[in-house]
Amino acid sequence: MTYQMKWDTCDPKTAYVLHLADDALILGQRLAEWCGHGPILEQDIALTNISLDLIGLARQYYQYAAELMGEGCSENDLAYHRDSRAFMNHLICEQPNGHWGDTLARQFYFDTFHFFQLEALAQSSDERLRHIAAKAIKETSYHAQYSAEWIIRLGDGTEESHAKIAQSLRHFAPFAHEFFVAAEVDRAASEAGFGPKVSDLSSSWVEKVDAILQLATLDPVDLGFPKKGGKAGLHSEHHGYLLAEMQSLARAYPDASW
Amino acid sequence: MGETHSLEDRFQAFVEAENKVEPKHWMPDGYRKTLVRQISQHAHSEVVGMLPEANWISRAPSLRAKLILLAKVQDEAGHGLYLYSAAETLGTSRDQMIDDLLSGKAKYSSIFNYPTLTWADMGAIGWLVDGAAIANQVMLCRTSYGPYSRAMVRICKEESFHQRQGYEIMMTLAKGTKEQKAMAQDALNRWWWPSIMMFGPSDDNSPNSAQSMKWRIKRKSNDELRQEFIDKTVAQAEFIGLTLPDPDLKWNAETGHYDFGEIDWTEFFEVIAGNGPCNAERLAARQKAHDEGAWVRDAATAYAVKQAARKPNPSTQTHAA
Repeated sequence: MTYQMKWDTCDPKTAYVLHLADDALILGQRLAEWCGHGPILEQDIALTNISLDLIGLARQYYQYAAELMGEGCSENDLAYHRDSRAFMNHLICEQPNGHWGDTLARQFYFDTFHFFQLEALAQSSDERLRHIAAKAIKETSYHAQYSAEWIIRLGDGTEESHAKIAQSLRHFAPFAHEFFVAAEVDRAASEAGFGPKVSDLSSSWVEKVDAILQLATLDPVDLGFPKKGGKAGLHSEHHGYLLAEMQSLARAYPDASW
Repeated sequence: MGETHSLEDRFQAFVEAENKVEPKHWMPDGYRKTLVRQISQHAHSEVVGMLPEANWISRAPSLRAKLILLAKVQDEAGHGLYLYSAAETLGTSRDQMIDDLLSGKAKYSSIFNYPTLTWADMGAIGWLVDGAAIANQVMLCRTSYGPYSRAMVRICKEESFHQRQGYEIMMTLAKGTKEQKAMAQDALNRWWWPSIMMFGPSDDNSPNSAQSMKWRIKRKSNDELRQEFIDKTVAQAEFIGLTLPDPDLKWNAETGHYDFGEIDWTEFFEVIAGNGPCNAERLAARQKAHDEGAWVRDAATAYAVKQAARKPNPSTQTHAA
């Protein structure tokens, strides 16, 4: 690794692109933990697809951020050689998988947000972000449909699945609240016009989520008091372990290429 | 003349004429049983085989490597699906096959009971384990049972891609730093012998082989396939500067093949019997996924039943109108 990390001098656009990249990578990493362990082989494959899409998207963002940083910075420097405090993903992305209902509740909230976020990014003042978003929105609408279908299936399935998914959805709601609370990275992006004002996305999100919850015979969402900090690099304790595992090999041999 | 022949004789003539047997055809019970055993074992191997490689997805050392490995393990799940479907055409349900795996009645390839200790194992598995599997599967593309043969054609295309990816990992490591090269050689040392055991016991010690060959399920013997694989792999190892861990390995100009050392069949049979390094972990992981997924499968079934009941029944609608 030749690139010297300089996070403090990161300009607002680079920081924003990193925030987008970190969401996709960290959630993709979590979903990949299911590979080989899913409840049904077909669903193992489906969840892996979503993971592949997210990590693929993360690469596009990291490559862009690396270009913005210049001086030989690479996508892998950004994914593997930053510490937890430099990551700006939403807290929801790093939360443990839990059971199938937990994973799908987390996914449903994120996918729905991600869809509206990409819709807004397709109007970004930044051409590269517009381009990435226009491509990603197609696969994301499929993810959102997939996770919504599982919310309905579990909500309107058995008594046990109804109770479990209701609990999972309640658990993740305050984490979802973070989507709509602007952090410094969001404010800079919306002021400069390359990112949306995140509070503007909440009404579409709540409307869509509640429509699905109704079909699932579940209560409307109550976002509660936000669990936030991720976008400012203040993470949960889970984050450090996720990075420790993900980055272990790359960091053990910093001079190696793979 | 034909009418004096038994069903078995006619079946034998049919497969010897290189016809494909299809699910609705008459077939001997033994043929059906052999195929269910073999195809389900093959399906289980794909699914259990996801575990040793999935062990490194979270630690893949670059984003590109992570995507390739994740996609590869996902392909294996897909192969499991094709194969369970092929076996289901013989009248055994996927649920039954999975029960047999979990109870220990059905087997899977012994190779997946070895641990993946370093990243180089991802290379060694792709190169050697998938390589050995391909040798077997290319032959099975011409197997006499139609659905199995067709599943194999699809699987072979993906497997050969996997093998190249595995070899690429090994090549990168072999050309890399001192530590990377050592990692590659160590993985080769650990995976070589279990890989050549994958072809199964020698022909004179393989009770089902002769009948399978007669039915055209198998087209080549275990020893023939093993020899082909070794002959092909020696040059590949040399090309990337790695050494196969067999001091007895040498070219035999007379036979036109490589001679190789004695295989430790005691180890092979012990691993098959459940005494390998990871047998317990592999089955426990499958059992856990099965148990923890039960409520999810129940919910999906319950929802599907409700949805079917909600669909307006056209005949009752007509009456109501």
